[in-house]
Amino acid sequence: MENWSLLSLCVLLGLTARWAVSLNSYSGAGKPPMFGDYEAQRHWQEVTYNLPVHEWYFNTTDNNLNYWGLDYPPLTAYHSLLCAHVAMLINPDWVELHASRGHESYGHKLFMRATVLIADLLIYIPAVVLYSFYLSEGSNKKKVCTVLCILLYPGLILIDYGHFQYNSISLGLALWGVVGLGLGWDVLGSLAFVLALNYKQMELYHSLPFFCYLLGKCFKQGLAGRGLFLLVKIAVTVLVTFALCWLPFLSDPGQVLQMVHRLFPVGRGLFEDKVANTWCSLNVLIKIKTILSTDTQLYLSLTATLLAILPSSIKLLMKPTFWQLKLALVNSSLAFFLFSFQVHEKSILLPALPVCLLLNDLPLPAIWFLQASTFSMLPLFLKDGLLVPYVVTSLAFLFFSVYLLSALEHCSEDKLRLGPYRRLLLICMRRMDLGRVTKWKFYCSIMAMAGLSLMSVVLAPPAQLPDLFPLLVSVFSYHHFLGLFLYFNIVQIAEPPPPGRKNQKKSN
Amino acid sequence: MATPTADNWSWFPALALGVSFLKCILINAYHSTDFEVHRNWLAITYSFPVSKWYHENTSEWTLDYPPLFAWFEYGLSHVAQHFDKEMLVVQNLIYTSPATVLFQRLSVIVTDVVFIYAVKECCRSVREEKGSKDLLGHPFFILAALLLWNFGLLIVDHIHFQYNGFLFGILLLSVARHLQGRHLEGALLFAILLNLKHIYLYIAPAYGIFLLRSYCFTEDNTDGSVRWSSFSPVRLVALGSIVISVCALSFGPFIAMGQLPQVLSRLFPFKRGLCHAYWAPNVWALYNMVDKALSVLGVRLKLLDVAKLPKASMTGGLVQEFQHSVLPSISPSITLICTLLSIMPAVLSIWRRPRGARGFLRCLVVCALGSFMFGWHVHEKAILMAILPFSVLAVESREDAGIFLMLTTTGHYSLFPLLFTAAELPIKVLLMLLFTLYSFTSLKKLFRGSLLNPLEATYLLGLVAVEILCEVVYPLSPWQHTLPFVPLLVTSVYCSLGVSYSFIRLYLSLLRQDGTDKHKQL
Repeated sequence: MENWSLLSLCVLLGLTARWAVSLNSYSGAGKPPMFGDYEAQRHWQEVTYNLPVHEWYFNTTDNNLNYWGLDYPPLTAYHSLLCAHVAMLINPDWVELHASRGHESYGHKLFMRATVLIADLLIYIPAVVLYSFYLSEGSNKKKVCTVLCILLYPGLILIDYGHFQYNSISLGLALWGVVGLGLGWDVLGSLAFVLALNYKQMELYHSLPFFCYLLGKCFKQGLAGRGLFLLVKIAVTVLVTFALCWLPFLSDPGQVLQMVHRLFPVGRGLFEDKVANTWCSLNVLIKIKTILSTDTQLYLSLTATLLAILPSSIKLLMKPTFWQLKLALVNSSLAFFLFSFQVHEKSILLPALPVCLLLNDLPLPAIWFLQASTFSMLPLFLKDGLLVPYVVTSLAFLFFSVYLLSALEHCSEDKLRLGPYRRLLLICMRRMDLGRVTKWKFYCSIMAMAGLSLMSVVLAPPAQLPDLFPLLVSVFSYHHFLGLFLYFNIVQIAEPPPPGRKNQKKSN
Repeated sequence: MATPTADNWSWFPALALGVSFLKCILINAYHSTDFEVHRNWLAITYSFPVSKWYHENTSEWTLDYPPLFAWFEYGLSHVAQHFDKEMLVVQNLIYTSPATVLFQRLSVIVTDVVFIYAVKECCRSVREEKGSKDLLGHPFFILAALLLWNFGLLIVDHIHFQYNGFLFGILLLSVARHLQGRHLEGALLFAILLNLKHIYLYIAPAYGIFLLRSYCFTEDNTDGSVRWSSFSPVRLVALGSIVISVCALSFGPFIAMGQLPQVLSRLFPFKRGLCHAYWAPNVWALYNMVDKALSVLGVRLKLLDVAKLPKASMTGGLVQEFQHSVLPSISPSITLICTLLSIMPAVLSIWRRPRGARGFLRCLVVCALGSFMFGWHVHEKAILMAILPFSVLAVESREDAGIFLMLTTTGHYSLFPLLFTAAELPIKVLLMLLFTLYSFTSLKKLFRGSLLNPLEATYLLGLVAVEILCEVVYPLSPWQHTLPFVPLLVTSVYCSLGVSYSFIRLYLSLLRQDGTDKHKQL
């Protein structure tokens, strides 16, 4: 069969899975007074449609910031405004000021779900297709398989189409940035990434690799000549894009300050709920959240994050290749997730995006990470009533990615780039097949995830430990993230790039 | 991909598992009243002794499938009690707790294992062309994908809700057994199938004649006609005893209890109208349309008196008897005669000149399609009875592939009105695109070239226009309130053109084969 038809089939399958998940419940369905992220998005439509721009981020009589106040950058606000205009055409009740609060109906759910699907179809899916076809290697069939696997990644589907958010827009724009850089269109790439950053401030997790890659590239071309020109081009692009996005707010410094304050709520503490990062896991042993003051927590997390991203960033700066960029994106976003301040469980989607890009190169570790990331959000899915789609999409992704990418066949030490581990181990154990060990660890970990999922659903937690299962889930996932963080760092820093990487030459 | 080769069947579980995941993810989708019908049957068989099964009528959805299906529900109900006992209470009408939904959906998905096995057997029996190295280009792969991922089966069973999967599984398994020359097994399976759902009676003539002619007569004359002396009474007795014992097992207890008339009255309710609430795309849809057009025309030209016309609420929604205003009304016996006449030539042709199991399969498809075209109170879902077995022929011959594409695309599109909820609209469109795109590209690749002529292609593209008209333009237009039946009418009339065309072409191909056979002998 021709590639285009196979590709269309894959995209259709991805869309079908997405819409099928969206038939399920969403966060905060029928749970007044606060509802959930679904209501937050609807409320933003209401606010942006009915209030003048300068009131969007301020607490006024018409805009109660304690009730899902807008705390995302301007592009999100503009997107909400656009959706609100469409909503007005269909049913004005959906966005009426005050009166629409907590509005839920069959038609409205359909409308909201459709907005997610359209955004996904316009931004994320084309980026995935472009990436797989132009920037990943192998036969065409292999590329098609990569598209299918990336599109079936359950974490993103469940959060966007189940829980309800628009991550496909910010992640999609970031992916456009990656594609731009990979194809050598640096200006377009940085434009796309700035848009991503202006859609969701969490994209900062990805910003350092973009910065280091472009700066490294400028250095390489010589700061005296072409490199400088490139640097200026990129700097102008970034500044102009930023300025355009923030244009309505720039007239008043108070606006900008208030927005920055809304975007980075420092007062909310080191972490909320149960999240699979260092602080929450450490909190089991030492109650850091109570011992340390908020300021100390902030500095502590800042230092830890900086230390964690430093190695990968320096390496990327020295060697700005596309392969390094992909790994640095993983390492940087994962470092932010593990060590930074105020992390949400959903933020695992940020490292998950660059890991998806590694599906073709390092199938087993990538699949492992993606499974663990989906699993780490299990408590959230259970709260939203998404058990059935969670189970089905996870199993489907596990099966298809392992089968289509032949993940279990490509796990020799060489393919997994376990060389440095071998050198470490040489001292104690000589005759261990690290590839096989990894495989077995993978099996055990998948079984454990299945077991923990089952326990979370079936068993009632003991009375004195009501959060036992969410905590177990997050600590268990944390160990995966930490282990894979070290692994991806080692791969990035120690390993020379594999032979025959065409793209790298292209991007140099 | 894991470079699967023709001998390595690792792709088959992948294909089957993939579609099973798709089915599972549709668990929370819309389901029709058939969901309640089957829940009620679970409750009836669980709560009452066998003697009450066909008398119980608390719910309006009384048990109207043959006894083996009732036993099937009885078996399921014993699993169901571990999910939610409340669903087994007859008085709990329209009971849809999450556990009930999960159980009923899973029961369909799990019993589809029969279907998956049958598909595998069919794929093994497909004729193989040497040469193609690409797995995706092999007929058996294409057949597996066409059957397992069949759009109609997916939406009828896993969204609308019915148990067609395992029933078609038994049918395909029986077909595969005939293709493999294991006729007694095939006959046994078909006897069981008939006692699970009696709609398969429509294809019984093909089975009867084929087994009698090709199994009970062991030899042909040199010109291919029957050699009467080769009749084997042993084979007839073997066949007969298989069929009779299955029927005895199923209906025996009810005959012993003296309930046979009651059971039969439930199985064959002739009180229903010529057409279902939504007209299946068959001859009668065209007939109704012509009648309607003539009556409108007659009123316009003052040839007819409006007051004298029967109140026509044709595609109104209720299942009821309906009178034609200009053309003569159709009675059940007329449809029966038409059906018999339509399948007669096909059945005769396999009697006169049997062409093995493939000839039988073609005859089976013609029977299924003939009864669909002319039957009484045909459901649109019945088109699957022709589409699924026809898939086997479609991957073996170029001409059949062309007919198959016409038939499946129109037949599947005619199932769209089954899912009328807005949330399921994207699902049905996406799944339809998925299946149609696959069937077109794969068959085109298999037979290396275009399979449809420009007229056919235009007609099929017209389906897109019909869809946009009916589900996008129409709901926004003012006609929605004044002429509520127009979308269904347009859909069924448009589709009936395509189905009738495919039926005629299929018939021509069958008769032409007859002709070429004769030619060869001369």
